[in-house]
Amino acid sequence: MPPTPCSLCRTARALVKRPKTGQQVCKDCFFEVFETEVHNTIVEGKGIFERGERVAIGASGGKDSTVLAHVLSVLNKRYDYGLDLFLLSIDEGITGYRDDSLETVKQNQVEYGLPLKILSYNELYGWTMDKIVEQVGRRNNCTFCGVFRRQALDRGAAQLGVDHIVTGHNADDIAETVLMNIMRGDIARLGRCTAVTTRSEDTIKRSKPFKYAYEKEIVMYAYFKKLTYFSTECIYSPDAYRGHARVFLKDLEAIRPSAIVDIIHSGESFQLEQSVQKGMKAMQTCLRCGYISSNDLCKACALLEGLEAGLDRSALRQKQDNSSAAPTGHRTIPMFERYSNVGVSQPTEGIEKAVQAIEIR
Amino acid sequence: MSTSDDIITTSNGLGYTSSSAVHPEQLVKPPAAPSAREDTIEIKIDFGGGLHLLFSSQPSHKIRIPRNIPAEDGSTQAQPVNMRYLVKWMKSNLLSEREEMFGDGDGVRPGILVLINDADWELEGELEYELRDRDEVVFISTLHGG
Repeated sequence: MPPTPCSLCRTARALVKRPKTGQQVCKDCFFEVFETEVHNTIVEGKGIFERGERVAIGASGGKDSTVLAHVLSVLNKRYDYGLDLFLLSIDEGITGYRDDSLETVKQNQVEYGLPLKILSYNELYGWTMDKIVEQVGRRNNCTFCGVFRRQALDRGAAQLGVDHIVTGHNADDIAETVLMNIMRGDIARLGRCTAVTTRSEDTIKRSKPFKYAYEKEIVMYAYFKKLTYFSTECIYSPDAYRGHARVFLKDLEAIRPSAIVDIIHSGESFQLEQSVQKGMKAMQTCLRCGYISSNDLCKACALLEGLEAGLDRSALRQKQDNSSAAPTGHRTIPMFERYSNVGVSQPTEGIEKAVQAIEIR
Repeated sequence: MSTSDDIITTSNGLGYTSSSAVHPEQLVKPPAAPSAREDTIEIKIDFGGGLHLLFSSQPSHKIRIPRNIPAEDGSTQAQPVNMRYLVKWMKSNLLSEREEMFGDGDGVRPGILVLINDADWELEGELEYELRDRDEVVFISTLHGG
């Protein structure tokens, strides 16, 4: 085949076929359109950032967060967002899994000149994932990891004095999540999962600037820019459910590449009726650790109590008694004190408002 | 263009570090080359995104394959080897484990990106691309965590 010229500059040789549009573009035009589209996601509407904001990039050392750190550094300079950027990594304590990727994050810290904070489960909860798996087995350990990671990110952000966390979730991830929430009938999450930014009372604002960025383009970007990232698979979790959604999505993409944005669009188009929203639990704070929760105890405290009591899998049932004090001798999570940047946070009524806030125009 | 804000790295952009890879490149001997050297071509294969774990943990391979697809019925019709042949060849000669993580029918599994001489293979004819001596092919998995 003769080389195809770039469909944008019409001079250089096309090296990438864009899945979203079918456009054939050269390397420089690819960088340009990729970065510009992320910028557009960032500034659309009122924009996800405010000038002077301190923003933590949730950095795992993987491709998505590495490309995010790179692109945000570039865009922050190019468009003068005026952001203070930080890298925030969570060390789950999984031997042979996190070690290499944390090394990668440390290298990114040097390459991008961004301050790095690493917060470990061990430090925060007194348990590593290795120890948790030893106790609960491999079956349900993802539940612990998911709950603990979410809270660890918020706490790490609070320690950094940051009021906004950005994550590398890409279009493929979000489309998978839409599919999974439909399959599970999880209406509340289905409404939230396509939002670029979620923010509710007492939680730190979270955004996904790669909402419309295809995984293929992120990988191509990392490859052409020779970025330092680390590919690995968690040794404990095949996350089977997501795995099926992922394979299904990749098969769809092979047939019709727009399937991914189409599914995101479908997710955006679901709107909750008022009566459904009313049935949802209002948010409160955990009586034990002060973290946002829909029950007296937040999920992390409930899980931790189960671990400490050696209750194994029964911890997953999240049976909650009403006592806010942990049983004597149990380790607990330190009190959550949120860095408060007055003026940024708006009073909302938990999930209801979070759901309303993302309704599509 | 974006060149002015480039951040310099010394990485390969393939998602592995030297500590996780088998080095040097040629620890695993390539399968015996066909006898007549002029009848073979050299292809460089690189793996990214963790795919090397399926290929003896070796991220980079240099292989020799026949210049033309060996005729099965003795006919002499010479057809240059293409990507379809290479993928099949890799499955029988290079892949060390879990074939289903790499192959899918004749081709590669959806979610694995292929570059031929640094160009997206979707621009090069994918499985029909006819390989030439010293072509460089890169396979990158997007299926691993980010």
